[in-house]
Amino acid sequence: MKRSKAFISTFLFALFVYLFMTLAAGQSMVEGTILWSIEELVLGISVALIVGAVASSILCRSDDYRMLNPVRWIIMLVYTIPLFIEMVKANFDVAYRVITGDIKPGIVKITPDLKTDLGVTFLANSITLTPGTLTVDVDDEKSELYIHWINVGDEPTQTISGRFVPWIRRFAE
Amino acid sequence: MITFTILYAFLIISVLFNALGVIGLHRFPDVYTRLHAATKCTTFGTIFMTFAVIVYSGYMYYWNPGQDHYLNMALHTVGALVAILVTNPTGAHAIARAAHKVGIKPKFAVIDELEKKEAK
Amino acid sequence: MNLSFEFYLIVGAFIIFIIISVLRLFLGPTAPDRAVALDTINTLVVASMVGLGAATWETLFIDIAIVYAILSFVTTLFIAKYLEGGGD
Repeated sequence: MKRSKAFISTFLFALFVYLFMTLAAGQSMVEGTILWSIEELVLGISVALIVGAVASSILCRSDDYRMLNPVRWIIMLVYTIPLFIEMVKANFDVAYRVITGDIKPGIVKITPDLKTDLGVTFLANSITLTPGTLTVDVDDEKSELYIHWINVGDEPTQTISGRFVPWIRRFAE
Repeated sequence: MITFTILYAFLIISVLFNALGVIGLHRFPDVYTRLHAATKCTTFGTIFMTFAVIVYSGYMYYWNPGQDHYLNMALHTVGALVAILVTNPTGAHAIARAAHKVGIKPKFAVIDELEKKEAK
Repeated sequence: MNLSFEFYLIVGAFIIFIIISVLRLFLGPTAPDRAVALDTINTLVVASMVGLGAATWETLFIDIAIVYAILSFVTTLFIAKYLEGGGD
């Protein structure tokens, strides 16, 4: 039962990627639409079956299937908007520092208090993409992140991760 | 016409930020600050390149309905965008961690709490 | 409208950036510096492939850009692992 659930989720994910990439490619089932042809569907399902059989034990290691809930995926998509705004600010900040060479670097420690691996991964990647900060190391047991900050200021936990943690808690915990 | 303007803006932003990333690669003093310039600016520039291609092919599909390869191109470019967005920060994180493990100190650092932790 | 010429121009600019980054790849005082330069070059190559795809209207370029992005990510992870000393 456990393995079959892992197999089915991997299969559906692989099939989704295949169908996304072959949408509107060449021949279609109904003339004049962008749907897939029968051959394409058969090939996609067989490839997804093979991928599911081979990769399910690697991709679904834990028994936690909360990410199958579509609401979480929608929140994740909405999260890209504040992330993108922060990225724009980050890039103008770094551009300013590239031109002027005005830096005050240092490595600080933050404690975001997230429990799952996925949440910590998302936070680390979001931090790397945003203002003057770069994740250097992660302490898994204590959920501490070590951040290289290009312009060290006060209250690192609040300043760096305060904007992302509520969002990430909504979809990853 | 407005699409034309947006496309030019995207392309100019793309070239500008990629240039800044490469300049930062030579201008900053040590590996961590170089990573800041290299990953953030080039990721941002490449994202705008993909945006430009998505807008361009979406525009062509809108004015040539039935030419499915334009739509297919836009979808594949979305795939490239996701691949860049997921892989680039993780790679930067791996290099930073390796650099710290090798023992390279951040130059001009005012504080280094990771070193304090390892010294304990 | 046809923007092929603009896209070719931008790909040319990216190639110049790649050459400047290769300079850092040779200069870089420490091994992680070289890894950073390599990472930058990989991202720029992906950007040029996407641009070439738009200039020639070949979707194949974009497919190869996706595969190149993922493979270069794996390469970066392996270089980082090697620099750390292979352990754990």
